Amino acid sequence: MHEWALAEAVITAASQIAEKEGLKEVTELNIKVGELQQIELDILNFALSQQKQNKFKNAKISIKIEKAKLKCRVCGNQWIFSREKLDKDSVEAIHFVPEIAHTFIKCPKCGSPDFDVLQGRGVWLESIRGVK
Amino acid sequence: MGDPRISMINERLRRIRHIIAVSGGKGGVGKSLTASILALTLVRKGCKVGLFDLDFTSPSTHIILGIRGVQPKEEKGIIPPKVHSLEYMSIIYYTGDHALPLRGTDVSNALIELLSITKWGKLDFLVIDMPPGIGDATLDIIRLIKNIGFLVVTTQSQLAFETVRKLITLLKELNVPVMGVVENMKVSKSSISKRQVQKLGITFLGEIPFDKKIEKSMGRMDRLPRTVFMKKVEEIVSNLDFRC
Ligand SMILES: Nc1ncnc2c1ncn2[C@@H]1O[C@H](COP(=O)(O)OP(=O)(O)OP(=O)(O)O)[C@@H](O)[C@H]1O
Ligand SMILES: [Mg+2]
Ligand SMILES: [Zn+2]
Repeated sequence: MHEWALAEAVITAASQIAEKEGLKEVTELNIKVGELQQIELDILNFALSQQKQNKFKNAKISIKIEKAKLKCRVCGNQWIFSREKLDKDSVEAIHFVPEIAHTFIKCPKCGSPDFDVLQGRGVWLESIRGVK
Repeated sequence: MGDPRISMINERLRRIRHIIAVSGGKGGVGKSLTASILALTLVRKGCKVGLFDLDFTSPSTHIILGIRGVQPKEEKGIIPPKVHSLEYMSIIYYTGDHALPLRGTDVSNALIELLSITKWGKLDFLVIDMPPGIGDATLDIIRLIKNIGFLVVTTQSQLAFETVRKLITLLKELNVPVMGVVENMKVSKSSISKRQVQKLGITFLGEIPFDKKIEKSMGRMDRLPRTVFMKKVEEIVSNLDFRC
């Protein structure tokens, strides 16, 4: 997912939670991002710092990247995603919509595009801390 | 704590007045053609219109409208390019001509991703071309998009209508507005579909005959506006009393 859109989504979602939990100030925000999202951490950090306002001004945001683990539905092979074998355009397409992986990635053992993403896809707000 | 992308979706769609999902129980009844021509008709009436191809495994609207060689702009998200005055979004920007084999959860994830990164302008209408049936994509847009209305396409075939009946029953149960039903590819004069639709308490929007010229007009902006298909869609739109 696009870093700026992601930062916006994280802040929007966190604001809604802070509102619900009655937090006056948010001190800590933990985010987990799947590697398949192909996020540039520098850009994401910058985008977050630009969008940190009001309640979030002093929030410490930490981002954890989760390795992408794939499993073939045809032969059962499991492997870890790596971008090395992909060309630049494919990596960029996967960055925007990670499911495009099914177009450009095949099981290294049997060649099938029919695999499950066991982990490493998506974005989660893991926890949020603050003062009431 | 959940997926922050979901919180963004209705924010992204906030500046759109009407969202129309062109849907139908059966495959091949003319949903993509109807969605494309509807979008074109609305734009020619002077409305601000977007067209979103949500059939990820079999996208078609770019072929119907002859769209190629364009890419969205990246600006703190994705800005759909304007083609034939439409804001146009499709997965083909990222897959090109390659196949995209997706299972259910992947369809959902791709749909959520695109809805949460796409930055539409201020639109009167967003027309969505749906895949057939009541699978993941249909359930997801019902779940995720507030204020969506369905325009349902059927044919004279009883087989098509029975799937439409199920779709409409589901939409009614979920309190999702149905704008009405279009009967496409009409070859004889029977009015059975019309009566069946009205019996469900749904508006029958009109008929589109089988149009022999449509195939030769694919991708041709000089020909599509002169087809019987487009004339009929224009009639349907004028009866709908859409204002921009
Ligand atoms: N009124 C019509 N006259 C002649 N051909 C038509 C008409 N409507 C649709 N078609 C043709 O029927 C075929 C199926 O149309 P289309 O792709 O729009 O259907 P669809 O419902 O979107 O299919 P799918 O379920 O695969 O998405 C296309 O080749 C289209 O050109
Ligand atoms: Mg279609
Ligand atoms: Zn395999």
